[in-house]
Amino acid sequence: MGVALDGHLLARALADPASVATLDSAGWQALLTIARAELLSASLAHRLDGIAKPEAAQRFLDDAKASCAQGRLVALWEVEMARRALGDLGVPVVLLKGSAFIAAGLAAGQGRFVGDLDILVPRADLDRVEAALLGAGWEWVKPDPYDDAYYRRWMHELPPLIHRERDRMIDVHHTILPLTARPTPDADALIANSVPLENGLHMLDSDDMICHAAAHLFADGDLSGGMRNLWDIHCLVDDFGIAGLAERARRHGLASAVRRALRLSRALYGTQLPDGWARSGSDDGLYLRRLTARDGWGRQTRPVTRLGFYVRSHWLRMPPLMLARHLWTKWRKQAG
Amino acid sequence: MATLYRAASPDSLIVAPVDLLTAIYHRASGQTHLMASPAPEILEALAETPLDAATLLGKLRAAYDLGDADPAALIARLDELVETGLVERR
Amino acid sequence: MRHVFSVAIGPVGFRVGSDWRGPVAALEQLYASYPKPQDGIADFTVRLFADRPWRRFFRPKVMIGGDFVLPEAAPLSLEHGLLAAEMAMNLQMALGQRRYLLLHASAVERDGKALVMTGLSGAGKSTLAALLMTRGWRLMGDEFALLDPETGLIHAFPRLISLKNEAIAVMEMGAPGGTFGPLLADTPKGAIRHLVPDHRSVAAMLEPARPTLILFPTFGHDAATRKVAPSEVFVRLTQASTNYVALAERGFTALMRLVAETPARAIDYPDTESAIAQVEALWASL
Repeated sequence: MGVALDGHLLARALADPASVATLDSAGWQALLTIARAELLSASLAHRLDGIAKPEAAQRFLDDAKASCAQGRLVALWEVEMARRALGDLGVPVVLLKGSAFIAAGLAAGQGRFVGDLDILVPRADLDRVEAALLGAGWEWVKPDPYDDAYYRRWMHELPPLIHRERDRMIDVHHTILPLTARPTPDADALIANSVPLENGLHMLDSDDMICHAAAHLFADGDLSGGMRNLWDIHCLVDDFGIAGLAERARRHGLASAVRRALRLSRALYGTQLPDGWARSGSDDGLYLRRLTARDGWGRQTRPVTRLGFYVRSHWLRMPPLMLARHLWTKWRKQAG
Repeated sequence: MATLYRAASPDSLIVAPVDLLTAIYHRASGQTHLMASPAPEILEALAETPLDAATLLGKLRAAYDLGDADPAALIARLDELVETGLVERR
Repeated sequence: MRHVFSVAIGPVGFRVGSDWRGPVAALEQLYASYPKPQDGIADFTVRLFADRPWRRFFRPKVMIGGDFVLPEAAPLSLEHGLLAAEMAMNLQMALGQRRYLLLHASAVERDGKALVMTGLSGAGKSTLAALLMTRGWRLMGDEFALLDPETGLIHAFPRLISLKNEAIAVMEMGAPGGTFGPLLADTPKGAIRHLVPDHRSVAAMLEPARPTLILFPTFGHDAATRKVAPSEVFVRLTQASTNYVALAERGFTALMRLVAETPARAIDYPDTESAIAQVEALWASL
């Protein structure tokens, strides 16, 4: 049949919707299950609008769209409630990731399942933002003082907050990577270049959104959810192009991450890039293997590759000595 | 300058009386609220323009047969409505 | 996955992958009269798997996986594999169903009209539905009733009827010709035995019915009946629905319509014969 029953099946369907014409029922089943597991079922549904498909597949995709629409509504409401709590502080509040995409009506927001609300504020204003949120019904998720001290000192965000009535989390960032991580983005520039939205909140400009997505993909995790992350990047590049991106990425120390992200996006989704951006990196094959490590039953596969990325991702977030101390303290507390 | 209260616009709400209570679906939040008087009446009174608490109390007194209208009780109801997101403080 | 099973229950198609033959063999036998998913494509995928390779053979523990999962679900022993499969399919419905509003209720049908019975676990709604099935009613479901927001009709979800503890003996006597699954002793919920819905119920599983009576049964008291106010029905049904919030506006309007158009009664009953008599009397009076 040509395409392996792994993430590549999903990538091909997203990149070239007409290609699903050759799928038999087993192929459809695998495609839908993989899409659901990768949180791309609604994106796939939109891409396959109008394409002939079996009735059962159409039902599955319609349900995904309905699910996504309700999630979108709830996510936009969180944005609105954050606006009500923070709007009068005179602090620039920058929406990040999925919430930004849907608030601004971007292509990257279509079919996007949005989880927690992520916002970026100046580090100097963290205390006032924290106070305003606590006053408006949010409360801390974890009461553990060690985790709290670690978070406040080293992480790029406040400890997690959850709203006591609505049960939804908000993550307040002051930069986009942990302070202990290797690349150190220019947080002031992120805010200075941010774009105002109709509701008075902001979003990153397009170059910074792509930089953030790339940073998040490689340095902030072990690549799980990577297919969705790269689809975000593909949609952003499609919408905005990449003029100015190289310079901005260099400024944030994210040039290599952004280049790799664009190469992988092109490999999976056929993102149009000018020459010079697409020269292959030696590791790209390994990354693609990890990104597409999903089988037709929705299981994560390729455990050795995955373990390698997990260790690497923690190593990137923390210098080795700190990592050892952090894990030791956590282990001691669990054991004792 | 007194605090103004503004309610969610009527077309963002589906209001369905159900015997002694009123069920309200808030389209913007996806939340369902089951309310007893005077909450639905407050929402209706605030629907057109934002009002401060004193003006709202006067409007409610004029429209309904309120026995002993307590301003503090009204503020308490308004605070509850603000928590639900159905009313916004300006 | 080594062993695969698929089935359509009402309007929903499932596929079950299993590391062991046992659960799949049980499912094949009990669901033998059911159709397969439309177009060979299941709405939901379930996996029964061993979390370590050696767990497939040595003191096997069945982990539940699939499209929708609960993070800290405890595994079941292999002898309860059938139960694991049923629980997993229920979980897909509870967490993933978006087309129909899920009511945590049993439902039976007569003359195109549906009786919907809802309430806390142990109130007897599964047993009552199963008994009514043996008294000429069509079983629509013992756990979930599906409300179609477009039409206001109830759709059937006739999974295997799940009988617990005392109810097992009641139904072994009440349905002597019935097809039963194995007796599963010592499950986390006590003894469980499954009863296959009768031929008529399976054959009619795609026929919806107009909701005509909502019943809140409570076992263990002298026979009594009272009306239930619409506001109380509304609250109790939203609490009993796992996907009400997920359905957003469609869920609200569907439930408001159901509550406005369908009479509701609460009955206390001392034994099942009494309950059946009360049901028949109520049905005749409406």
